Amino acid sequence: MAVKVSLKVNGKSVSAEVEERTLLVTVIRENLRLTGTHVGCDTAQCGACTVSMNGKAVKSCSILAMQAEGAEVMTIEGVAKPDGTLHPMQAAFKEHHGLQCGFCTPGMVMNAIDFAKSHPNPSEQEVREALEGNLCRCTGYHNIVKAIGAGARAMAASK
Amino acid sequence: MHAFKYHRPSSLNDAAALMKGDAKLLAGGQTLVQTMKLRLASPSDIVDLGTIKDLAGIKSDGKSVTVGAMTRHADVAHSADVNKAIPALAALAAMIGDRQVRAMGTIGGSLANNDPAADYPAAVLALNATITTNKGKHEADKFFKGMFTTALGAGEIITAVSFQVPKRAAYMKFKNPASRFAIVGVFVADFGGSVRVAVTGAGPVVFRQAEMEKALAAKFAPESVANIKVKQDGLNSDMHASAEYRAHLVTVMARRAVQAALK
Repeated sequence: MAVKVSLKVNGKSVSAEVEERTLLVTVIRENLRLTGTHVGCDTAQCGACTVSMNGKAVKSCSILAMQAEGAEVMTIEGVAKPDGTLHPMQAAFKEHHGLQCGFCTPGMVMNAIDFAKSHPNPSEQEVREALEGNLCRCTGYHNIVKAIGAGARAMAASK
Repeated sequence: MHAFKYHRPSSLNDAAALMKGDAKLLAGGQTLVQTMKLRLASPSDIVDLGTIKDLAGIKSDGKSVTVGAMTRHADVAHSADVNKAIPALAALAAMIGDRQVRAMGTIGGSLANNDPAADYPAAVLALNATITTNKGKHEADKFFKGMFTTALGAGEIITAVSFQVPKRAAYMKFKNPASRFAIVGVFVADFGGSVRVAVTGAGPVVFRQAEMEKALAAKFAPESVANIKVKQDGLNSDMHASAEYRAHLVTVMARRAVQAALK
């Protein structure tokens, strides 16, 4: 049966008619056409579907759309400034070449931004632990770890 | 995922009334949603506990720490009260899954599911916790019945878990590097005179290790358990680890947990 789900995505109030079994990531990608949020494994392991929900990084493939009723969601599309200026974490990924194919990057950035809020100057070890829920099959993680450390410090400095 | 009817009750009573037939409760959904996607579960109805007030939160009174059923793992891990009263419990919560999963997953969901490799059952059993539901209370020793099976009855909903504050405690987990579930996890809690040792991941359901408890009650030191040989009979054997390997790990994790508790 179709039901209505209403939430805020990237600051805009949106609603969608969906089946009750619809996942949050499906609403984001297929109803709202925000295809920056990726579905990698679809089993809550890879983290490519990570978005911010009510200020916390979560895996949108493991959440029913109905669970997000009334929530404030931010996707990778909502991270940069309207004029296109990159978020400090995005800029750090670019600067440190923290990506190769880029498939995992939106999830990495969304998780990293949430992590950096409570870790303004993280150690390498802390960054690696924070990445337990994000898989990258290209980079070997070294530049992602560097990027997140630099991004976190840039976020703290821009406050 | 098969179709189901979704409900958003506003009270515990409404939620309980909806638990008919193949209805399932949804807490954080970090196990259930995946299980439904794999069609290992195909409930007729989903009863979402997410909007019921007062099911989340942490209270501490010096003797016990009470955690609401819908409290997220991340909130237990970061709670100043938990870190002060039972740091081992906060550390355990910080080891569950990954940080995105910890932002959604709940203690009530974990306990009701009772995965044989889950972390929380070890803390509940070692810290002699009491599980409160909409129908009454369960002692930890009588709650975990078997693999994915608990003492919860039909329509029974966990509301809170009260942990007894130990003199000292620690949890050591040898984790599967992919899933981060416990291959073997051992929670050791010293209540001054009595010691409880709970083992998760090793068998079909969390269990206490009586021989280690006795040895640690006599002397709370790593060497008290270092030479205790755990029998492999009845322990899990799978692609990740043999029963023999898990039996060995129980002793190693117990020794390390005692070491950590003494720090």
